[in-house]
Amino acid sequence: MSTQNLMNRRRAVGALGALGTGVAATLGAGCASVGGSQPKVVVVGGGFGGSTAAKYLRMWSDGKLDVTLVEPNKTFVSCPISNLVIAGVKQIGDITVPYDNLAARHGVKVVHDTVASIDAAKKTVTLSGGQVLPYDRLVLSPGIDYMWDGVQGLQAASREGRILQAWKAGPETVALRRQLEDMPDGGVFALSIPEAPYRCPPGPYERACMVAHYLKRAKPRAKVLILDANPDVTSKGPLFKKVWAEQYKGMLEYRPQHKAMAVDAKAMTVKFEVHDDVKADVLNVLPPMRAGALAVQAGLATVNSRWCPVDFLSYESKAQAGIHVLGDSIMLAPLMPKSGHMANQHAKVAAAAIIELLAGRAPHAAPVVMNTCYSFVNATQAIHVASVHQYNAEQKTMLTVPGSGGVSTAPSDAEGKVALGWADNVWADMLA
Amino acid sequence: MKRLLPILLAAAAAPSAFAQSAPVDPVARSLAATCANCHGTNGRAKAPMATLAGIPKDLLVLQIKSYRSGEEPATIMHQIAKGYTDRQIETIAAYFAAQKR
Repeated sequence: MSTQNLMNRRRAVGALGALGTGVAATLGAGCASVGGSQPKVVVVGGGFGGSTAAKYLRMWSDGKLDVTLVEPNKTFVSCPISNLVIAGVKQIGDITVPYDNLAARHGVKVVHDTVASIDAAKKTVTLSGGQVLPYDRLVLSPGIDYMWDGVQGLQAASREGRILQAWKAGPETVALRRQLEDMPDGGVFALSIPEAPYRCPPGPYERACMVAHYLKRAKPRAKVLILDANPDVTSKGPLFKKVWAEQYKGMLEYRPQHKAMAVDAKAMTVKFEVHDDVKADVLNVLPPMRAGALAVQAGLATVNSRWCPVDFLSYESKAQAGIHVLGDSIMLAPLMPKSGHMANQHAKVAAAAIIELLAGRAPHAAPVVMNTCYSFVNATQAIHVASVHQYNAEQKTMLTVPGSGGVSTAPSDAEGKVALGWADNVWADMLA
Repeated sequence: MKRLLPILLAAAAAPSAFAQSAPVDPVARSLAATCANCHGTNGRAKAPMATLAGIPKDLLVLQIKSYRSGEEPATIMHQIAKGYTDRQIETIAAYFAAQKR
């Protein structure tokens, strides 16, 4: 344990001694644990949801909870801002954050492994490396997985590295960047968007802007085609369309109602339900998405076998007691986006609820979450969408507050600076 | 008041004189944590975002309500401020006032 951590703990113990009724006074003493002196929480998935949950569980319990984070990757790579890496405006290192501080500053046990199985009856998680982790509460934040069957031939093409997704930031982000660099001037970049709901509603339109931004300078005769399965732009529609008309006229084309059914990796074509095939030099095809495989395998994705319904007071699964699900995997409340910001907010509600539940108390009855989502439209300008969601006890769901939230009036450099500030601060809120 | 508030906020928040150790209200803590994505864990932000920790309660309440009314110009805070009740804004402001910078 680091000195800083020891000092934090001493301070916490001193403060809590005077408190008497605080969280830590009841935690440990009042709740049944699976063994050992501290109640155990296992968090699986170190993205926006899981990292935040692990940190806040330790912080808000004043170190009284034993928290293990299971995450296969050695570093966190952010999906937000990754479209700037694809455009060559940022490097992969700029969106990569280590997990070190979760352990050093917050006392989270970080285990780099994957989960082999979950035994909800015995309350244990078995890792692929063989380690068995007992838990009092389990938190799953597995993000999304692709439904490969939705687009015939895509899984094989993706494995070969011919047709990428890059919808989970990391090596594929860099690989897609390379494909764009290798594309000839006069070539076509085509981006296929699945039917909503999918991870990050404005993300594909931001990507189209950023690719066009790159091509406008590097390969001015190239084209960007957006092939959208949806009837219209899913998020920030009027703003994106204005940008396309004003900044990328003649270079970027938007085609709605283009639902991809199959790809041909040799011919580099996409086949659609109704329209003619489209051929491109670089194909970026996003298949339909669902909850991360782990949540599906655990039997938690009971909505259309895709999404996990949760209690919005605690994010506890409606399918399995004792397991909480965060982020893109859940069946969302109305107008709640699948975003990293939202996952971070889910995590804090869940962390607070878990601390109360382990102390034998009910979670807070009126949680609030909010979302802020910036999209870059070129190297410096960004636009936003924001919303605030309050718990509605009658409907047992989160509802947006009438009159609140909204979008930018226009793209601006000011919001571009704030967008990068948002990223720095949310990464720190998760991992620093 | 336009453009004056940010200056007042920066000046008022300089020392940790406003920080106080009081029992933590988990509800206040959770409400304030909805701001942390942009304004830092416990309101200690990285630039260019505003640090909220240590700002006197009344000043922060005034600032947020000025965004909400449109009196104070904003790119996004006017939309977010409208999502919180008066009481929630006061609770959040009290929480940040008690945080060390």
